[in-house]
Amino acid sequence: MTKAPSLEQVRPGLYELAPGARKGMRVPVRVFATEKLLGEMDEKVFEQAANVATLPGIVGASFAMPDAHWGYGFPIGGVAAMDPAEGVISPGGIGFDINCGMRLVRTDLTWPEVKPRLQELLAGLASRVPAGVGGSGFVRIGRDEFRAVLLRGARWAVEAGYGEPEDLRFTESGGCFDGADPDCVSKRAIERGHRQLGTLGSGNHYLEVQVLHDSGIFDAHLARAFGLDRPEQVVVMFHCGSRGFGHQVATDYLRDFLHAMPKKWGLPVIDRELACAPFSSREGRDYMAAMCCAANMSFANRQVILHRVREVFSRVFGRSAQDLGIRTVYDVAHNTAKLERHVVGGRERELLVHRKGATRAFPPGHPELPRDYQATGQPVIIGGSMETGSYVLAGVETGAVSYYSTAHGSGRAMSRTRARKSTSADEVRRRMEQHGILVHAASDRGLSEEAGFAYKDVDEVAEATEIAGLSRRVAHLVPVANVKG
Amino acid sequence: MSAGQSFEFVEGATGDLAFVAHGETPGEAFAAAGEAFLAATVEEPATVERREQRSVEFDEPDLDLLLLRFLNELVYLRDAEDLLLHPEHVEVAAGPVLMAVLAGERIDRARHALAADVKAATAHGLSVEKTEHGWTATATLDV
Repeated sequence: MTKAPSLEQVRPGLYELAPGARKGMRVPVRVFATEKLLGEMDEKVFEQAANVATLPGIVGASFAMPDAHWGYGFPIGGVAAMDPAEGVISPGGIGFDINCGMRLVRTDLTWPEVKPRLQELLAGLASRVPAGVGGSGFVRIGRDEFRAVLLRGARWAVEAGYGEPEDLRFTESGGCFDGADPDCVSKRAIERGHRQLGTLGSGNHYLEVQVLHDSGIFDAHLARAFGLDRPEQVVVMFHCGSRGFGHQVATDYLRDFLHAMPKKWGLPVIDRELACAPFSSREGRDYMAAMCCAANMSFANRQVILHRVREVFSRVFGRSAQDLGIRTVYDVAHNTAKLERHVVGGRERELLVHRKGATRAFPPGHPELPRDYQATGQPVIIGGSMETGSYVLAGVETGAVSYYSTAHGSGRAMSRTRARKSTSADEVRRRMEQHGILVHAASDRGLSEEAGFAYKDVDEVAEATEIAGLSRRVAHLVPVANVKG
Repeated sequence: MSAGQSFEFVEGATGDLAFVAHGETPGEAFAAAGEAFLAATVEEPATVERREQRSVEFDEPDLDLLLLRFLNELVYLRDAEDLLLHPEHVEVAAGPVLMAVLAGERIDRARHALAADVKAATAHGLSVEKTEHGWTATATLDV
């Protein structure tokens, strides 16, 4: 506890900052971490989590996941549940990239089959899934059709021929948040986003071909149930969100809330990025409806990208995607607020759960899970850096302590500016190739900023979620080819 | 940029890009901030030719929010119109109100080595301040 002396260990994997630590805290801060991860967290995580603890209507605690790092308003890796009647909704508790999320796709292919074609596969994926600044996807739709995307999310994509109905079963909320209202979205958001379906973006977004080695299996039973069922199996993982559309929704409402907070609702502005509105206000409900539009755009985006992945694999291996066993394991959101039912103080109640850089992780038997995962719990995908690999985990009953939330990635340990000064794109490329990882980067600068050493130890993060009882490890996936946004 | 203008990227939030921009006047500091945004977006801002112009004008309750809106206007024009823009002339008048002339061209992937796809300018660490030597504008870009 070098950086947060007033943080007390409650039990292995859980630390707490009492409500008296900062003026105005209504609930404690609870940090899920190992001692090592806690020591590596920047001080801003604790400050921001304490600020979140002051928000009206917060219930239980302000949580920080093991991969938490400095964000805007909320830390990235922050979770907070609000009472819908008394509490607020905060764009800073969701993030600019609304429903930034992960999709994991299994195949019947094995590493020995894929290895000789890897270069061709990477080139195909890079050319069919545009990455980087701006960019237009292959889906050409007008603004009216785009409104249908906002209403129906991945369902729109499947109905338009970009996927299979079973993809929806393996997507959080069936690939569509109810309550979306395109009338709550600005014209500017639609102008920014309507051409971007099917694009990855940049920053920490990527599309990766990965291998599940026997040594990477933690729970063979759960792995099989998730379709990770053969030696040296090849899978595909990608990470992206609602692109310029979602960013503009967040920008628009943050600005509106900042103007209205002191004047209209008498709410103090502790941190401008913690701008919020009473959830019961018209403005709060409008943001929720707009946020659902962005979440749906993101589900549709990942569904359309899967369609391209299927096309590329099918062309390279000369077999249909169905014959190759290409199937969604799960698609999970990172940056959302959702109305969910949780037990608090022995009583079930509805809560508005903000997860920013955190993954929902429902346990076995949860009614929102598809029948395929009723016995296993929800698959959780923790994306690591492009040099270190990623994890599949499963939701567990003890995750109730965090409203069934867990980590989302390895979490940055170093700023982009410092990472860029510490290495070059060529060095990163050479190092990755030495480790057998091919990379196609949209930008050299982006490649150096995303170097493995700029991230925390993903093994430690995954283990920390298990120690804290938030999720359990199922498998570790090793990257072999990466399309870097 | 004019002789009195400059910017540098600094340590900031771990996921993103923070910068400090300098100018002799608030308008010059804003213009330097606009150049910082362009430098975050494209490896060589000098490759962006001045083929088209856009003018923007708006007011906000304070200088910080005026800077935030200016940067987010540049983000919007990049996505909605594919435009990479140099701030040609930026004036900040009492109000505060901003009047800017921007010049640039549409993204050409063959000529422009693109870098970060900035999602938004954020209010984190946002400030516009008068210093001994002029004005500084500090902002963080979410990438």
